[in-house]
Amino acid sequence: MIDEIPVGIALLDKDRRIMLMNRVLEALTGFSRKEAEGVPCYHIVRNRTCLKSCPAMGMGPGSESESFESDIINRDRLRIPVQVYLAPLKDAADHWIGFLETIEDLRPLRDLDAKISHAYGFAHLVGRSPQMEKIFQILPIIAQNDSSVLITGETGTGKDRVAEAIHQASNRSKGPFVKVNCGALPETLLESELFGHQKGAFTGAVENKPGRFRLAHHGTLYLTEIGDLPLPLQVKLLTFLDDRVVYPLGSTKGFQADVRVIAATHRNLEQMVRNGRFREDLLFRLNVVRLHIPALRDRDGDIRLLLDHFLNRLNSRFGKKISGFSKKALEILKAYAYPGNVRELQNIIEYAVNICQEREILPQHLPAYLTEPSMDTPETASDGGALVSPAVSGVDTSKLRSEGRTWADVERRMIMDVLVKTGGRRNKAAEILGWGRSTLWRKMKQYGITSG
Amino acid sequence: MAHKVLIPLYGDEVAPRFDLAAEVLIAVGDGSSQKHDESIMVLSQPSSEKLCQLILSEGVDTVICNGIEEEHYQYLNWKRIRVFDSVIGPWKSVLERFYQGDLKPGEILKEDMGS
Repeated sequence: MIDEIPVGIALLDKDRRIMLMNRVLEALTGFSRKEAEGVPCYHIVRNRTCLKSCPAMGMGPGSESESFESDIINRDRLRIPVQVYLAPLKDAADHWIGFLETIEDLRPLRDLDAKISHAYGFAHLVGRSPQMEKIFQILPIIAQNDSSVLITGETGTGKDRVAEAIHQASNRSKGPFVKVNCGALPETLLESELFGHQKGAFTGAVENKPGRFRLAHHGTLYLTEIGDLPLPLQVKLLTFLDDRVVYPLGSTKGFQADVRVIAATHRNLEQMVRNGRFREDLLFRLNVVRLHIPALRDRDGDIRLLLDHFLNRLNSRFGKKISGFSKKALEILKAYAYPGNVRELQNIIEYAVNICQEREILPQHLPAYLTEPSMDTPETASDGGALVSPAVSGVDTSKLRSEGRTWADVERRMIMDVLVKTGGRRNKAAEILGWGRSTLWRKMKQYGITSG
Repeated sequence: MAHKVLIPLYGDEVAPRFDLAAEVLIAVGDGSSQKHDESIMVLSQPSSEKLCQLILSEGVDTVICNGIEEEHYQYLNWKRIRVFDSVIGPWKSVLERFYQGDLKPGEILKEDMGS
């Protein structure tokens, strides 16, 4: 019967000699049952741990069982990682007669880990869906030419990661990678930030400022939220893309900047052009190479891969030993629409890993908005606004409670959930969310949340 | 002509693993009779690479061991050193069998181990 069990099993006598071993262990070690019979286990299994300090040496009838990871060298001269379980063996009359040893080959698991961490990705991007594979194939090609790139995709899909990956894989990788968020600063400040200014150009300009274009010389300038770039600055950017010269504010002397421009947006630029909010000629110049990052719900099979990927990463970051997800939790996570895409998925897993004290993540460890019916009114995508399209067909829509909501709704709900769980303690809430206290405070203010 | 045999040791037995052996036996004979000199050498630390270096620097002709990784097995073969691997038993009996010309790779000397 022990031959049918899919792990290696050996029964040892009190002197650690092999009395019986199953077929799996025969295959693993390369020794037949007949050859191994009566031979001390350490000669047949050749386990590293057993040779250094055999756990069976101090084990008696009342001892607890032991489990440890180690490696063996088999008869084919292969070193194999194994998980060993060792327990005292008793007969029907409860007399100690020896040991039971099980040996599991860890190679399939290690191969899986290696595949997850290396095969399904490019730089820090992870995915194995056909949609992402196409992107991984095209990224090195894009990196090698010097054309402007326009990256589009919903919030949280990894546009910043893609931009950085292109820079790192390009010939400019030794140069700087400078990121500017076009939506974060008022127009006047943004102009000075991008193009620099001359001392005395305006009140408060007490010294020369180089500007991000100049700082990115021989490198890459990454303009994120390009859709939020004010129209006057769009003209200035267009001029730069034409003649590659930067004119700081208040200066007549230009600087020839050797910069590759990568722009990104979650907005629909074509629609913005039709509405007169984005210059068509700038779109044409940026649109030399266009890369669209698919939404997570459109990436076949990637949700499961990313759940495991983030769980492994967060397990080691927080020193936890969570083995996986319960069936029910997995169902909820796989059915959710992820309007905030990979970033939202990562936040959900980070939350769950922090809350979870069990061996596996259960539905109660997930943020409440995943498991409770939503009270929010769904928002529809407006022209040029954040696009959150409905979930993929074929998924039970009754389960997609967050369908049609924006990332802001989801984020607000996450903050509320964490504050409720921490009894309003902002320090703890910020820690669980993986933010600084000031970020939490800013977002609470933004969403009009007060904790009492 | 002197013939050197090296056996990694684990107490009185051939060490189960080449890479974890902390001491080795070196036997020097004339290659034609059972007469030989034995000496035991303690290694500073167990290591396959260091053991391979020792085997080469000592001019060893034959290695008798139990578990050894393919990489080191092939390396020693490439250096024209004969390797009898997966040999299990007390080193004295193993050496005796070797000088009798009876030893084969994969030999398990159960009777001599008292089983």
